[in-house]
Amino acid sequence: MGSKRARLLPPLIVTAAFLLLWQAAVWLFGTDAYILPSPSAIAKQAYDSAPQLAHHMWGTLRITLIGFGAGALLGFLIAALLHVIPWVKSGFYPLLVLSQNVPIMAIGPLLVLWFGFGMLPRVILIALVTFFPVAVAMMTGLSKSDGRLFEYMRMIGASPSRLFWRLELPGAMPHLFSGLKIAASYSVISAIYAEAIGSDSGLGYFILIAQHGFETVKVFAAIAVIVLLSLALFGVIALAERLFVRGGSPRGKEGSRS
Amino acid sequence: MSSVLEVRHLSKRFAGSRKTPAKEVLADVSFQVGEGEFVTLIGPSGSGKTTLFRMIGGLELPTEGDISIDGANAVGTRGHIAYMPQQASLMPWLTVSANIELSLTIAGIGKREARALARDWLARVGLEATAHQYPDVLSGGMQQRVSFLRALLSPQKLMCLDEPFSALDALTRQHMQAWLLSLWESNRRSVLFVTHSIEEALLLSDRILVLSAAPASIIREVRVPFPRPRSEALWGDAEFIRLKQELYDMLRPDPTL
Repeated sequence: MGSKRARLLPPLIVTAAFLLLWQAAVWLFGTDAYILPSPSAIAKQAYDSAPQLAHHMWGTLRITLIGFGAGALLGFLIAALLHVIPWVKSGFYPLLVLSQNVPIMAIGPLLVLWFGFGMLPRVILIALVTFFPVAVAMMTGLSKSDGRLFEYMRMIGASPSRLFWRLELPGAMPHLFSGLKIAASYSVISAIYAEAIGSDSGLGYFILIAQHGFETVKVFAAIAVIVLLSLALFGVIALAERLFVRGGSPRGKEGSRS
Repeated sequence: MSSVLEVRHLSKRFAGSRKTPAKEVLADVSFQVGEGEFVTLIGPSGSGKTTLFRMIGGLELPTEGDISIDGANAVGTRGHIAYMPQQASLMPWLTVSANIELSLTIAGIGKREARALARDWLARVGLEATAHQYPDVLSGGMQQRVSFLRALLSPQKLMCLDEPFSALDALTRQHMQAWLLSLWESNRRSVLFVTHSIEEALLLSDRILVLSAAPASIIREVRVPFPRPRSEALWGDAEFIRLKQELYDMLRPDPTL
């Protein structure tokens, strides 16, 4: 437990120092709050608008989770499908990469145009952004299963489905989780963007309104909530990783010996 | 004696490509493994033993010849052998017990029965403390014990052991040989064993087949005369030393080359 606390200490000190420096700079140069508010002013604003922020945070959290869940599931299924049927991989892989080259700035308003102002276009947008890192990480993991284990399983007569479920998929779990972590961060950012273009709630919408009123303090308060939200999501996934990826993963410290 | 494995006139050539010349790996290899018999293949490295195993396992097709396991044609079909590879090959994300259970269920044993078998046998060989541990905390020798147990418990009639001790240090290797010997002698299965070690072959086998360098063919068959149960005491036996020298002479690289 003691060592865990010791590991938390450096980032805490750096963050605290950063905030102090910021506070001092704003106070020293007398910067106007609408240009750059001080951390203490942001904290006070967050406290004052807590009910409002909480309301919008729930909206953001809801579509983030739905979009992230749908995107992760989609990425997982695509990776599995592309892995199991090789010609599908060669055919569809370029299309997958292509899907990430379409700027979401362009696709966002189009989705609203096609699917209206409901939740659907926002969820689609988030899923579109999040499925990719999951699919790519997962495909890498599936194709990198241990050759010796693969040979062993084939020698004792394991069927292709057994090979997938008992060897390739568990072997890909560390990769899958790296993909999920990246996707989690993307999903919050894309949720904010989606709320700014076609919504009447959520932190994205809140920021948009605050910006129109030059209420920079509110913008920063919302940013703080978004950062905490991202961290929480990341933490949940890291926790799930620790629960699901057991034993020595191939990248584990023991594995490096051989 | 009914034979569990029968290999008839097996040959394997790998077709060449622009960069690699065609290679003949096995040339007309015939032998059989009887019920409850321990047969060892010994030969210089690169003599096609791995290819032979892959063909028996059904992963590779012979160019010519037949393989039958337990009376049925086994060319190109998988799942007829219990297998112990050179490296323990345990799934790092499964506990020792779960690893054994996985192999048994792949071989067609029900989940509950596989679990009972794994627990029962781990206890029987004194490994019950490792049942819930992950393989990476076990030593190389312990991992190979689990790997052997996994093959021993598999229901297939033929066990194929591919240089199972070659990655272990000399002392661990000797312990493992004695361990395997005692376990096998009390649970006779049909075994096809591959090794580079002459002592290992003499200690464990009923018969030794000596392979030539590539393309491999069987140049000699040695029936090991020692009665069972055997022990490491054999190493000092005069006949043991004579056979060892004889095999060593056969395996010596051709001085004219």
